[in-house]
Amino acid sequence: MSEIPVEEVAPDVTSTEPAAADGRGGRRSVPAQLLRNPLAVFSLVWLLLIVVVAFGAPWLAPYGPSVTELSATNAPPLTPGHPLGGDTAGRDILSRLIWGSRQTAVAALIVLAVSATVGVISGLAAGFYRGKVEGVAGFVADSIMSLPGVVLLIALYTLTGPNIPAAMAVFGIIVAPVFYRMVRSVTLGTRNELYVDAARVVGLSDLRIVGRHVLWAVRAPVIIQSAFILAAGIGIEAGITFLGLGDPAGTSWGLVMQLAFNSIYNNPGAIVGPALVITITILSLILVGNALSDALQSSARSKPLPPRRRRQVLAAERERLAGTATAATIDEGVILAVRGLRIAYPTPDGTVREVVHGVDLDLRRGEVHALVGESGSGKSQIAFSTLGILPAEALVTGGSVLLDGHDMLADAQAMAQARGRRIGYIPQEPMSNLDPSFTVGRQLAYGLKASTTLSDADVRQRIVDLLTRVGITDPERVMGLYPHEISGGMAQRVLICGAVAADPDIIIADEPTTALDVTVQAEVLELLRELTEERWSPTTWASSPTCATPSA
Amino acid sequence: MLLLKSVGRSLAVFLVVTFAAFCLMFRNGPGIARTTLGLSATTEAVQAQMAKLGLDRPLLVQYWDWLNSAATGDLGRSFYTSESVSAALSNRVPVTLAIVIITLLLTAVLSVLLGVVAAVRGGPTDRVVQVVSVLGAAIPSFIVAIALVFTFAINWRALPATGYVSPDQSVSGWLASVTLPVIALLIGAVAGAAAQFRSAVLDSAGKDYIRTLRARGIPERAVVWRHVLRNSAGPGMIALSLTVIALMGGTVFIEQVFALPGLGQLSVSSALISDVPMVMGTVLVFVLVVLIVNFLADLATYLLNPKARAR
Repeated sequence: MSEIPVEEVAPDVTSTEPAAADGRGGRRSVPAQLLRNPLAVFSLVWLLLIVVVAFGAPWLAPYGPSVTELSATNAPPLTPGHPLGGDTAGRDILSRLIWGSRQTAVAALIVLAVSATVGVISGLAAGFYRGKVEGVAGFVADSIMSLPGVVLLIALYTLTGPNIPAAMAVFGIIVAPVFYRMVRSVTLGTRNELYVDAARVVGLSDLRIVGRHVLWAVRAPVIIQSAFILAAGIGIEAGITFLGLGDPAGTSWGLVMQLAFNSIYNNPGAIVGPALVITITILSLILVGNALSDALQSSARSKPLPPRRRRQVLAAERERLAGTATAATIDEGVILAVRGLRIAYPTPDGTVREVVHGVDLDLRRGEVHALVGESGSGKSQIAFSTLGILPAEALVTGGSVLLDGHDMLADAQAMAQARGRRIGYIPQEPMSNLDPSFTVGRQLAYGLKASTTLSDADVRQRIVDLLTRVGITDPERVMGLYPHEISGGMAQRVLICGAVAADPDIIIADEPTTALDVTVQAEVLELLRELTEERWSPTTWASSPTCATPSA
Repeated sequence: MLLLKSVGRSLAVFLVVTFAAFCLMFRNGPGIARTTLGLSATTEAVQAQMAKLGLDRPLLVQYWDWLNSAATGDLGRSFYTSESVSAALSNRVPVTLAIVIITLLLTAVLSVLLGVVAAVRGGPTDRVVQVVSVLGAAIPSFIVAIALVFTFAINWRALPATGYVSPDQSVSGWLASVTLPVIALLIGAVAGAAAQFRSAVLDSAGKDYIRTLRARGIPERAVVWRHVLRNSAGPGMIALSLTVIALMGGTVFIEQVFALPGLGQLSVSSALISDVPMVMGTVLVFVLVVLIVNFLADLATYLLNPKARAR
């Protein structure tokens, strides 16, 4: 990987560091982060309301769950005394929903309890002991996940009849693989951590290690997943009941909705109440889950700033740097000049961090330049910016890249024209820089066709010639190979081919030998030197001090 | 090799699931016999009925029998109507498959487009796609279906609310009768699949080789639609195969809302009257469809991945 210097602030899912949860290290606490998100606040308030309503049903509901009133039969919503209307039996829909929230909540909790118990225990066992346990559990989990669960619930009905708790328990098992997979992968990540090893050396039993250390690591993802499972539980309870497989004597949201749907032609408004309650509750659970996951496991990767914020940051930086910019004087014979280049990356707390602090650089025809710096000092960033291939989240906060005196940073068109044609690029790690889905020959041909006007036959001949030139003895065969079928040294030769294919004026080689064996390193450097002499084109090596910097 | 393993797995899953479902449903032999006879049946009559239906034999023997005759296409007869289960299924399967296949094709096209555009464009487009996919995935498909019935069929009277017209009778009638069901399923399916495509595209767009291809002067459009898309195809196939499973489950609810004579409706109505052979037949078809789709997804992954192919 290139050394994009992003600070690793947040632990990812597999890390067990509690810093994220308790708000140390300058990050906001989880409740504070949730309260900053208006959707999460709304969702939490709604869910709290549902809990209060479920507990307080006897005091809150205007009518009993089965009190019938002739005048309320099929009453539309907003009828006095019946704000959500009445059902076919003349029962108040609002009251039925209030009472029904109990049965629905119990159903969702059964799903959660069963799935979390089964999934967490099997996931811990599979991740901690591996071997056969993992094999069997994996097969079972995959099999369950590859089936539409509702069909099994329908089959179950023939045995149990209308029995929602049993159906919810079975559904819990059907969704348990979600917990299993997550817990297993977190456990796998944890079991080799140093502190788990230490606990083992000290002589703690497996059970204590799992209970104390591994469970601690999985709690955040389990909590997040629980919100989604509760949402699924409410959905399936409503769904099963809606199919007519519920207990008609009970009261639940699904049942209220089923009755309303059955009379949709007589009283179309009756469906609105239950449909909205179910939808808002499910949505709230999912939004809370998403907000929790943002707060607990903010990713360590730096994300692109939203366009407005991007413009603000760029304007602020320009203002800050005003007056410090050096005049762009360029000497005779310089092809590529970099002036005052500054590159910054957004950090998770909303500010930006500058990683290249005003670099000046001149490349003359026929010269070889080496750019030396320790890893993380921004060598690759400079190389990327001269080609316009910085990652999307990067911000060029100042400076210019002048090709023949023309600023390419201000002219995306010119940059696109220069890529591959005027400036060639040899990357750092050969194996990750070839597209694994296309043969060597095809991906070289795509590049050559894009940067030249050669015919297909000429393109092919040119690639054969180039591959021969870089020391590949059977170019025709290598062209038909996929990247995974060739060695690292050969891959780097192929990539050099790609860089010099269109006869560029400048070749930028970004630590072209870091990932290679010492002997292959020497061969590749030798090849680059020969090519430079042959083609009389300047080359820069962006190279770390540990790597052999060739004398120029 | 990989494909053989996939076939082996599918067979194992098939046997395990059908056996589990069979045991679940046929365990209670006396109960089934009593249900078919009515509550007033005497113990002797129940015994006789059990012998007649073959319910007095060990479960394993019953399952083996069922499996053997299933292999020849005979899935038994309905306990109630004596209709052949295979005949009933062959009437219902086309209805369900038509809806699932149309929805799947539309899902594939729409979610690839939305996923790629959201991932590549970023910014507001991405946010809209993300919000819509949370909404679409959160709302149960039968509530979407009810909302559609409410709006288009009851308020606007633009499309038929319920019922099914066979394409043999009238192609336009058929199209009208499947439009709302397909839309109801499509919203949730696209929401889920587009989110998966989006993250697959983001993942491959961040790869080193994409940067290198760009550096060679390959135009952005070709980089995205040839290289990024091609390398997102593997996870994309998995997303689509999961979509099929979700659609098969979702169609059970949708058929109920729109009164479509499909597999899902058959399984529910048979379960309600404990018509066990019929329910078992529908389970069989559901499992088969899902396993075939999983195998096709494995096959596609195999064909798409040069590394797997080489072995």
